[in-house]
Amino acid sequence: MSNPEDPKPGRRNFLSHASAMAALAPAALAAAPAPAQESHTAAKAEVLTTERPGADFMIDVFKSLGFEYVCANPGSAFRAIQESVVNYGGNTKPEFLTCLHEESSVAMGHGYFKVEGKPLLVFAHGTVGLQHASMAIYNAFCDRVPVFIVLGNNLNAATRRSNIDWVHSVQDAASLVRDFTKFDDSPISLHQFAESSVRAYKIAMTAPSAPVVLVADADLADHPIEGRTDLTIPKLANTSPPTGDPAAVGELADMLMQAQRPVIVAGRLARTPAGMAHLIELAELLQSPVVDLGMRMNFPNRHRLNLSPNSRALVENADLVLGLEVPDFYGLVNRISRQLEYSSQLITKAKLACISAGDRLAKSNYQDFQRYQPVDLDLAADAEATLPSLVEAVKKRMTGDRRRAFEARGAEYAKQHAAMREKARVDASYAWDASPVSVARMCAEIWAQIKNEDWCLVNGSTNFLSNWPLRLWNFDKSYRHIGSSGGAGMGYGAPAAVGAALANKKYGRVSVNIQTDGDLMYAPGVLWTAAHHRIPLLTIMHNNRAYHQELMEVQIAANQHNRGIDRAHIGTTIDDPNINYAKLAESMGMMGIGPIEKPDDLGPAIRRGVEAVKRGEPVLIDVVTQPR
Amino acid sequence: MNRSVVVLFALMTGVLPLAGQAPAKAGNAENGKQLYVKVGCYQCHGRQGQGGASAPFGSYGPRLAPPKVPVAAIRAYVRHPSGGMPPYAAKVLSDAQIDDIYAFLKTIPSPPAVKDIPLLNQ
Ligand code: HEC
Repeated sequence: MSNPEDPKPGRRNFLSHASAMAALAPAALAAAPAPAQESHTAAKAEVLTTERPGADFMIDVFKSLGFEYVCANPGSAFRAIQESVVNYGGNTKPEFLTCLHEESSVAMGHGYFKVEGKPLLVFAHGTVGLQHASMAIYNAFCDRVPVFIVLGNNLNAATRRSNIDWVHSVQDAASLVRDFTKFDDSPISLHQFAESSVRAYKIAMTAPSAPVVLVADADLADHPIEGRTDLTIPKLANTSPPTGDPAAVGELADMLMQAQRPVIVAGRLARTPAGMAHLIELAELLQSPVVDLGMRMNFPNRHRLNLSPNSRALVENADLVLGLEVPDFYGLVNRISRQLEYSSQLITKAKLACISAGDRLAKSNYQDFQRYQPVDLDLAADAEATLPSLVEAVKKRMTGDRRRAFEARGAEYAKQHAAMREKARVDASYAWDASPVSVARMCAEIWAQIKNEDWCLVNGSTNFLSNWPLRLWNFDKSYRHIGSSGGAGMGYGAPAAVGAALANKKYGRVSVNIQTDGDLMYAPGVLWTAAHHRIPLLTIMHNNRAYHQELMEVQIAANQHNRGIDRAHIGTTIDDPNINYAKLAESMGMMGIGPIEKPDDLGPAIRRGVEAVKRGEPVLIDVVTQPR
Repeated sequence: MNRSVVVLFALMTGVLPLAGQAPAKAGNAENGKQLYVKVGCYQCHGRQGQGGASAPFGSYGPRLAPPKVPVAAIRAYVRHPSGGMPPYAAKVLSDAQIDDIYAFLKTIPSPPAVKDIPLLNQ
């Protein structure tokens, strides 16, 4: 991981052309050699080596975009660029991280982004690798998270050497994931590779963000580029996010000022730390309660206006509901029966308004766009970027009378907030001494050990934990948790946690992942990646020995079908034999503790774990838990 | 609303016996303990009936133990539940079995007071 800033003198040549790109006429691009010219069907002259493969230029492109890491499971289809990363690139920026599954590579990128705000690079085989990666790409897409995926492929059939080259080649590699990526390209020249990479990066980062795919053709990567002086890398121009039209922002401010009982609901709002600060300012100005859906770290959980667990009652009684990047607005304002017959009912007479960039990235096939909800005012804009102008518009309309009225209602919400916190403590006391350990007890024990550290919860979601961390811990900073997965695709939790911990490492934060058992077993090899690359991470197993959500679903189906209610465990539980997660962790080269079944054994174990994490190690503690 | 449904049934059953119900007698707690797991109550309500704090729109069940309503209210609710609670028809879960589950829930003690649990006062 040491390494020179500038590994080979030649690299500068490419980079120095970056700024000249603007002057590059389309004619010059058109004149770039096509693959037929760049490839070689038969070795006429004996050219056995090159010290300047096209892959080096590709690495320069990646370096120009500032990637810190590339996550990959090695694959022959991109062997040239892998070699170039480690030799030509000096294995720094990007540094190669060995992953044992492509799903892990992408989910690591997903978790990393949610801490760092920058995309990670992923390499994968264009065929078999992308197939492994696809579910994780779907999660990232649904969660509006950019991951920069580079696929190895050998488009030119004339240069495929073996039967494996053939089964690992594809005409249109990215088609597999085109339904849930934002942009892809299969460049046939290095010029195009540079231009498309920069374009892809920019598109991926422009809100709403999403994964992008670039195919790195093996011929292009292998082909010598000695002596070529025509290769340039365009400069990356950052785009500003789309903001709400001023007239609509003014209308929304009017609605907010008039509302007696507004409620602000935050979904994927906070893209950056600024998101939380803006929301606090708006909520305090209006003294409006806030419901944070937990998809991002939007609002401090101990803020007196945070009433997240009371969301249903708030929405029912509201006269204005404002959704900020809420993907399922319908689910927010309707009650949908879970009984056999489908029925749904609007639960509020409130006016509805939303700010969301969601519609700007609508695709037709996969249905992550949710049920259509008519609203009174809809701003198709990035909510975080729009909030400052909304705050200003509200300030402009503020009068002494309104301020006094708002303060009175704010005091009322503060009381509700205090009651909500008190209720959480009382609820947590039930099953306090139970074995298997109650999830509330486990979370209280973890909190006792981390509350004096600078910590980050790198969980997939706190939903399966009955939200106990959000009820008992103090989430006071914008990086305290990374939100949920987006697509709810299993196998996300463990690798996303490792990716987030990787990003947290340079800030010295203690990363904590409360890890469900079913999710870990999709691709547990990511524990080895954490150990191998010395990524400090405290993994605490929420081991309820089941795909518990599915167990409940099958139970519901069994009850509805009315012919046997005691076999829902078949195909849903993970016992007989029980998996020993501590031994699994040890086998991957990290400290493993447990299984812990008695709640009193937890405190000392977690203390040991936190100490090891602070020394820079990954640790896993297996806790046998209550279902939720 | 779930709580109010149960309370409503409790009031009703306090005044009128519900048609078609077997008379409630003290259930067998030991049998109830096993049934509670076997027929899946524990999945959504926790092994000690502690309940799960539902997410804003979650589907985990609320706290059941110690029970605050009479057994007749539980019987009525379990047959015709609301929200995310699945129905248990008499064909698959008899009144007597519900009584047993109820008897088990009654054996679960109240937790210690919050002020006596240091970790809940941090
Ligand atoms: C698949 C999950 C699930 C299973 C299995 C389940 N419940 Fe429930 N139960 C729920 C949910 C969710 C609610 C809250 C319903 C609502 O939203 O109104 C509930 C509510 C209840 C209530 C009302 C409590 C109150 O305070 O309002 C009772 C009583 C109850 N369940 C008993 C049982 C019993 C007894 C069993 C087993 C025979 C059982 N449940 C199995 C999910 C479940």
